[in-house]
Amino acid sequence: MYEIIWHGRGGQGVVIAAQMLAEAAYMGGFKGVTSAPTFGPERRGAPVTASTRIAEEPIRTFSQLEKADITVVLDDTLFQVADIWGRSKPGGMVIINTAKPPDQFPHPEGIRTALVDGASIALKNHLIREGAPVVNTPMLGAFAKATGLVSLENLEKALGDKLSPEAVRRNFATVTEAYQETTVVTG
Amino acid sequence: MEKRDENISAMCKPSIGEAGRTGDWRTLRPVIDQTRCIPSVKKKSACFLCWLYCPEGVVKAAIPVEIDLDYCKGCGICAEECPAKAIQMVREDQSDE
Amino acid sequence: MSKVRIMTGNSAAAAAVMLCDVQVVAAYPITPQSQLAEMMSQYIESGELKAEYVRVEGEHTALTVCISASTVGARVFTATSANGLLYMHEQLHWAAGARLPIVMCCVNRGVGAPWTIFNDQQDSLSQRDTGWIQLYCRNNQEIHDTLLQAYRIAESVYVPVMVCYDGFVLSHTMMPVELAEQEAVREYLPPYKPHTILTPDDPRCLNPVLFPNRRADSEGVLRDGYMEMRYKLEAALEDALEAITEASDAFAKRFGRDHGGLVWDYRTEDAELYLVAMGSLASEATLAADALRARGIRAGVTGIRAFRPFPKEAVRKSLSKAKAAVVFEKSISYGNEGALCTEIKGALFGTEIRPAIYNYIAGLGGRDVKSRELEAAAAECWTDLEAGRREKKTTWLNCITG
Repeated sequence: MYEIIWHGRGGQGVVIAAQMLAEAAYMGGFKGVTSAPTFGPERRGAPVTASTRIAEEPIRTFSQLEKADITVVLDDTLFQVADIWGRSKPGGMVIINTAKPPDQFPHPEGIRTALVDGASIALKNHLIREGAPVVNTPMLGAFAKATGLVSLENLEKALGDKLSPEAVRRNFATVTEAYQETTVVTG
Repeated sequence: MEKRDENISAMCKPSIGEAGRTGDWRTLRPVIDQTRCIPSVKKKSACFLCWLYCPEGVVKAAIPVEIDLDYCKGCGICAEECPAKAIQMVREDQSDE
Repeated sequence: MSKVRIMTGNSAAAAAVMLCDVQVVAAYPITPQSQLAEMMSQYIESGELKAEYVRVEGEHTALTVCISASTVGARVFTATSANGLLYMHEQLHWAAGARLPIVMCCVNRGVGAPWTIFNDQQDSLSQRDTGWIQLYCRNNQEIHDTLLQAYRIAESVYVPVMVCYDGFVLSHTMMPVELAEQEAVREYLPPYKPHTILTPDDPRCLNPVLFPNRRADSEGVLRDGYMEMRYKLEAALEDALEAITEASDAFAKRFGRDHGGLVWDYRTEDAELYLVAMGSLASEATLAADALRARGIRAGVTGIRAFRPFPKEAVRKSLSKAKAAVVFEKSISYGNEGALCTEIKGALFGTEIRPAIYNYIAGLGGRDVKSRELEAAAAECWTDLEAGRREKKTTWLNCITG
């Protein structure tokens, strides 16, 4: 079972991204998928997390995730307020939306990182909502590249379940571009 | 379910005398003075406040107004409410006059 | 082709209620039920569901509207949580006493004071004695399917059904749900036939004051007293044991999914140590049983699906070979122990089935419960049993108790 934690801020769409990932994984043949918000009140701008579990067999646990195999960080300022490294399992992968170079993210040994400038990709594709670049869908592309657990094709289908054809086209353009531009940091 | 119970919840149907023959509870009897009663005087369906207020539904909204003394409990509400003061409550052991 | 969707427990519930051709919905929003009430109003507003949504000023009225609509022959639905359910309390008794087959979702949440919006099962457990059937679900598929079964059960024994599922843990967690087909549901669930229809053509006074003794009506027919009516409700709850089993079996046959009727078992073939629970906690317990087996303890799970009527026989059958039963529950009967634990003991009392019974209160007010915690607790009970400690005080799992 793969356990994924999404770190973002209220309004960035972590819950919907966690959900679309679950859908794409299910379409890709994983029989067990769950996605959940962190339970409680929702506030725009506040640090929030969501979680996705992906497994070969139907999932019987609904308890909250403690540590992640894969972590997706939608906003690099969250490193200052959330214990992102501490909630990553040894051997885990942390995927970060950032314009900064890899050396700005000194990570504990055994944890790998993958970086992509999702915000720039969103801006370039005019994917802006309420004055901010949409970063949740580009990070799905980064997730696909960094982990290989979901295909671009199934991500496009998952987008299609939620969005209009025009919105799918624009979001999928960022998914694809983020997929291409994601760099997995080695060593 | 094959066997059907017609009374799985409590209910009763509207009928005269559901609570028994209540007329014998009475000590005072309503007596209507038709020379004062508004429907009788005007010869049309009017007023009927006695019919409206009677808690037992024993007043018939007719011309003249009739009261079913088999079930009237003699509460006197009709006499109290009558705007024409056409109803007097008289003792059961006294004559109507 | 059947449709699998990744959906929340609330969405799975709403989709099922729509498939049941419900005619009247009245609900008042309360977290974590709110999404469900919102979805029902959207379905009705958009015309997808041809029903009336009655907006009300509180939960007491929501259930009163359902009682009235059910009385004139409509299939009805409502949903609530926590203090909303408590606010319905008086009308819960009324709905059951009037023998109306209302179905409601209780999206389980802890009750105040102090306020919590998070999950436990104190809300529905505290309504145990209102005469409602209570069914507990362990995942979103089961929520969807149990609602379809609930109308069939309710309308066969004329007793209202409360479909209970854990707030947030299931209500807000997405997972795959195979939606039932409309035509199949219509075959499985025939139209609602009220036992008494209140209509101007046949006026009646329903649920009038009854006297202690039986009494002849104006036609000379001897009518039941209050106590006879109470007995009929109790008899209906006892009949519901069969109705729940029948609805589950017929569902499995028609839809190919079997969640167990009254009680379900997990790896109990050769089990000695049983974990007993309801709802999502029971699902979590299956992982604990796997882990216990991995360390050499023959563990299994008895999942309680029907809490009212309480399935004594099924529990006895499930626990017939148990050496120890560890009952985990998300509520407390203050001053005693968990209510489920008491029921399990009661079901076994006087029989030859005499496992040591241990009780854990867990996950109150949303405190997370992990399978490894259940595993550790059950393993400790097994050690206690081996040391001859057959009785222990109720333990509050993962809680500072001073």
